[in-house]
Amino acid sequence: MKDILRKARLRLLKMHFESGVGHIGGNLSSLDMMLTLHHRVMDSDDRFVLSKGHAAGALYITLWSLGRLTDEQLTTFHQDHTKLGGHPLPHGLADIPFAVGSLGHGLGLAAGLALGNKLHGRPGRVFCLLSDGEWNEGSTWESLMFLAHRNLREVVLLVDVNGLQGFGATAEVANLGSLARKLEEFGVEAREVDGHDTDAMEFALKEPPTDRPVALVARTIKGHGVSFMENKMEWHYLPMTAEQYRTAVEEVSRR
Amino acid sequence: MRDAFTRILVAHAGEADFVFLTGDVGFKALEPLRDAAKERFINAGIAEQNMVSVAAGLARAGLRPWVYSIAPFIYARAFEQIRNDVCMHELPIFLVGNGGGYGYGVMGPTHHAIEDYGALLGLPSLTAYIPAFADDVPRAVARMLAAERPAYLRLGRDEKPKDFVLPAYAPWRRILSGRGATLVVVGPLAGGILAAAQALPESSWPNLWVLSELPILPAHLPAAFVADFQQSGHLVVVEEHVAHGSAGASLVHALVCAQTVPRRFTHRFARGYPSGHYGSQLYHRQESGLDAAAIVTLLTNTP
Repeated sequence: MKDILRKARLRLLKMHFESGVGHIGGNLSSLDMMLTLHHRVMDSDDRFVLSKGHAAGALYITLWSLGRLTDEQLTTFHQDHTKLGGHPLPHGLADIPFAVGSLGHGLGLAAGLALGNKLHGRPGRVFCLLSDGEWNEGSTWESLMFLAHRNLREVVLLVDVNGLQGFGATAEVANLGSLARKLEEFGVEAREVDGHDTDAMEFALKEPPTDRPVALVARTIKGHGVSFMENKMEWHYLPMTAEQYRTAVEEVSRR
Repeated sequence: MRDAFTRILVAHAGEADFVFLTGDVGFKALEPLRDAAKERFINAGIAEQNMVSVAAGLARAGLRPWVYSIAPFIYARAFEQIRNDVCMHELPIFLVGNGGGYGYGVMGPTHHAIEDYGALLGLPSLTAYIPAFADDVPRAVARMLAAERPAYLRLGRDEKPKDFVLPAYAPWRRILSGRGATLVVVGPLAGGILAAAQALPESSWPNLWVLSELPILPAHLPAAFVADFQQSGHLVVVEEHVAHGSAGASLVHALVCAQTVPRRFTHRFARGYPSGHYGSQLYHRQESGLDAAAIVTLLTNTP
């Protein structure tokens, strides 16, 4: 797993560097969680819904690590005539069921997908990855109420709590306090975990199901793995210079 | 119209891909559907944004969801969900807005829908269905299901004159033939205007066309309609919708593009709330010159 993580992190950096785009910080915070989920937890009946669409890069790299996207496809990231946009695109890839990017959509989409499978009598869980900033959106809470009220245990929430959002720290913009406690109040079982500890995440996601929907509340570091990016809001946006890219690659390669 | 809608959906409620969501409305209307559809009747609560996203998820799972509320709570509140989750993916989701135009009357403008199809038709892949009569509803529903595309159904109150034998539903249909102006009416306004027109001397009857589906596709403009207004020389469009994004505006656009223009054009549309006072649906229609009496005056005073 360590090898998968390192290779994926290097490939993510390369893709973002070559295409000259930012959003790298929020991709690095989600990457370990997405990789753990896809490599160690999900099975063939399960679906993944990305709600924090700005982590599209991490999702493309995850699909690449599974052999579902090629190196050649990754070179089209952010280019003209691509299917790999800065946020997942409509009519893009079979593995990505929804175009997302505007926050506060994914959880409702995931709930609908899970409910649809249930009505059809089909098995499978729906994993939905959200950001912490996304809980500013009222629609996220609407979806939480909906799935908790209907006890849609087929939906598993993963929240990337990196503590930083678009123009400030989440604690300063709209302080949530303890998201885990709030989720519990709404009727969801919150499992708090280090979002860069793959074993801990795997364990938490595989822990026997309870009688309630489960949410993985993962503490993460924006820009994780590249020390000059870690916990810096500007890496929500900035592209890397050649020098920064070289430094980042050196550090990740050493791990 | 709402009862006709409930009846036809009850007939579909047993189908494998049927599912119905309401935003906590439908008291004394949807109960038969709730009983027929059982676990496939979902009261999603007063949370329309989530309701539309859930519908998109259901559609991805192979269902064909109906999503129902008072019209503005659907098309306005959940606009981004309709835009991103439904229309960008061209999913078969059928939005249903009750109370088209000024239908909710003195309940006030928060409940009115006078810019609904104009707002929605800017989105890719959506068709708006605007039945004029309760009898149109089953046919519109059938066409929505057959199209398997995003759709919006605008429901209102049936105003069909008693005993009038309605020609079969079509996106464009002529329900009265005469020698006067060529009149295109969108939605239930057609009923009252039809009754008032029939009370005129037959020599003043308009050619009354009912338009029930938008956007207007130039290729679908009936040749008989074009011939009508070319002969009468006066095209009148009447609709309970603001001018911006209206059927009248897009009809004119289509005609100009086709280089087939009437000699004279009159557009009667919803003017909002010009007096700053509020009342029944009829009160608001009168303020905008949309009521049957105003249309008859227009027809009889036009040379």
